[in-house]
Amino acid sequence: MTNDNKVQILDFEKPIYTIQDKIEELRQTSIDTNINYDSEIEKLEEQTKAYRKELYQNLEPYQKLQIARHPQRPNFTDYVNYMCEDFIEFHGDRHGFDDKAISGGIASIEGHHVMLIGTMKGKTTKENLEYNFGMPQPQGYRKALRLFEHADRFDLPIITLVDTMGAYPGMKAEEANQGEAIAVNLKEMAKLGVPVIATITGEGCSGGALGLAVANKVLILEHAYYTVISPEGCASILWKDASMAKVATNALKITGDDLLKLGVVDEVVKEPVGGAHYNPKEMAENLKSALIKSLDEYKGMTSDELRKHRYSKFRSMGVFAS
Amino acid sequence: MTLTDWFNKRKIQQIAARDNDVHIDDSIGKLWTLCYNCSSQLPKKDLENNLNVCPNCDYHFRIGARERIKLIADEGTFKEMYDNIVPCDPLEFVDTQSYKKRQQQAKDKSGLDDAVIVGTCKIDNQDAVIAVMDFDYMGGSMGSVVGERITKILEYALENKLPSIVFTSSGGARMQESALSLMQMAKTSCAVAKLNEAKLLYITVLCEPTFGGVTASFGTIGDIIIAEKGARIGFAGRRVIEQTIRQKLPADFQTAEYLLKYGQIDFIVERKHMKEKLSKLIFLHTKNK
Repeated sequence: MTNDNKVQILDFEKPIYTIQDKIEELRQTSIDTNINYDSEIEKLEEQTKAYRKELYQNLEPYQKLQIARHPQRPNFTDYVNYMCEDFIEFHGDRHGFDDKAISGGIASIEGHHVMLIGTMKGKTTKENLEYNFGMPQPQGYRKALRLFEHADRFDLPIITLVDTMGAYPGMKAEEANQGEAIAVNLKEMAKLGVPVIATITGEGCSGGALGLAVANKVLILEHAYYTVISPEGCASILWKDASMAKVATNALKITGDDLLKLGVVDEVVKEPVGGAHYNPKEMAENLKSALIKSLDEYKGMTSDELRKHRYSKFRSMGVFAS
Repeated sequence: MTLTDWFNKRKIQQIAARDNDVHIDDSIGKLWTLCYNCSSQLPKKDLENNLNVCPNCDYHFRIGARERIKLIADEGTFKEMYDNIVPCDPLEFVDTQSYKKRQQQAKDKSGLDDAVIVGTCKIDNQDAVIAVMDFDYMGGSMGSVVGERITKILEYALENKLPSIVFTSSGGARMQESALSLMQMAKTSCAVAKLNEAKLLYITVLCEPTFGGVTASFGTIGDIIIAEKGARIGFAGRRVIEQTIRQKLPADFQTAEYLLKYGQIDFIVERKHMKEKLSKLIFLHTKNK
């Protein structure tokens, strides 16, 4: 099932849709004039398919950025619906707040019982307001921590799905200690005695993303990105010009392949041609099999081994001379 | 000039004025400094003799890592470690200047080869490890070297069962190392986790300014979190927040005093009392005989 007709078109995809419009026109003419254009239409459709494939194999980082931010990109709820036989959501930080930008609960993925936690983005304005555009408050990270600890207690592997442009930069967020909420998660995730698998499914911006991603294994979807600062933020600080975002995107090396080379991520999960939003079901299937494969890798490891594995993974991060 | 132009011009002038309202008056030369806070002209010597704290208004000027160590460590006891770890340029990052060039400029400005100095020392004859950040090296930003030196010194503390003290002063993660900088947040926090498990004392002193990636990692997970008087501390920057929520923030927002009010730090310490306070904390955490 592809979303062909409803999908919001990205600028660089326009040529594809121009051809598709032509195909439609031809179809209409064929009906109106009773002349058979089927072979032409078929040829054009083949061409479109080939062109789309080629386009998606040679995407620039800035184009990937747009795909990662596509408003119809599958969100946490989509992955839950496509991947889980069971999911029971747990709410609240137990200290006065339930942040809707982070969702989590106990789930079953092909018979694997796990704690599934992720940032939540909306697809409509109404949803986005509800989920605060996927930007968590400190209480969201504290809810996540509560669920991490729950998982640890009941020996459930943890799977996190990260798609956020960052932790929310607001006055109340600062007053509730945003920095500390993230820092505590980084520290406490290091102590977990169960496997932790994190996936960057869309945007992986800054500490807000890392706060759910101190994992034994970090996956990233093919067109997702992971960075210390948004390219726009970087451009406005270093270039003093937000319009240099495209240049900053290249400089920051934020794509899966770049991050694989830097050792920041462990695996890139293929997206369907046309991006995750073009075929959410296929995307979820790809992710599901990558997750199950990853879970199997950590089967049989003791809590201590898992902690050591995670520690040494992050211990080795960084490049310097000595 | 249309009315819009006039407004735009006025806005630009206002922004420029705001950026300029904190500055050292060069015309007075090298002997005098203008207090950022009370605008009084201070002879540099007096200021230095007063620990770089304004004698009139108690404003704490930012100080470098080496000066800070002198104020904390017993004389001659500081032994610098891991200074063989030095920066390189893994992403070959170039913005308006290359990262390599920025490293050189930062070195010239600060006399350091990255934004933190780490080592061991004695504080009133008690052994401790300290890590001190320096804002003059690329805004105290955390890249691979800062992350590695801090992790190493915390591991040294773990091995030798020593208390650790970290002085932060940082604008956040270093953009020129992108995701590698981000990972330093995880790396340093994991090292703190090990200190927790070994029940070793870890104190952080948040100094002017502490933001972003340092706030969201080793800075705010101290067993005790101290702020130096007058320090500004936060996760997101003031302007970013103002742009996001579209309202003016209170004047004292993100100051040490503000953080104390919201329960984020244990207490505020003036520079002249810092050593005494740290020394006492270490002493009181030693096991009862």
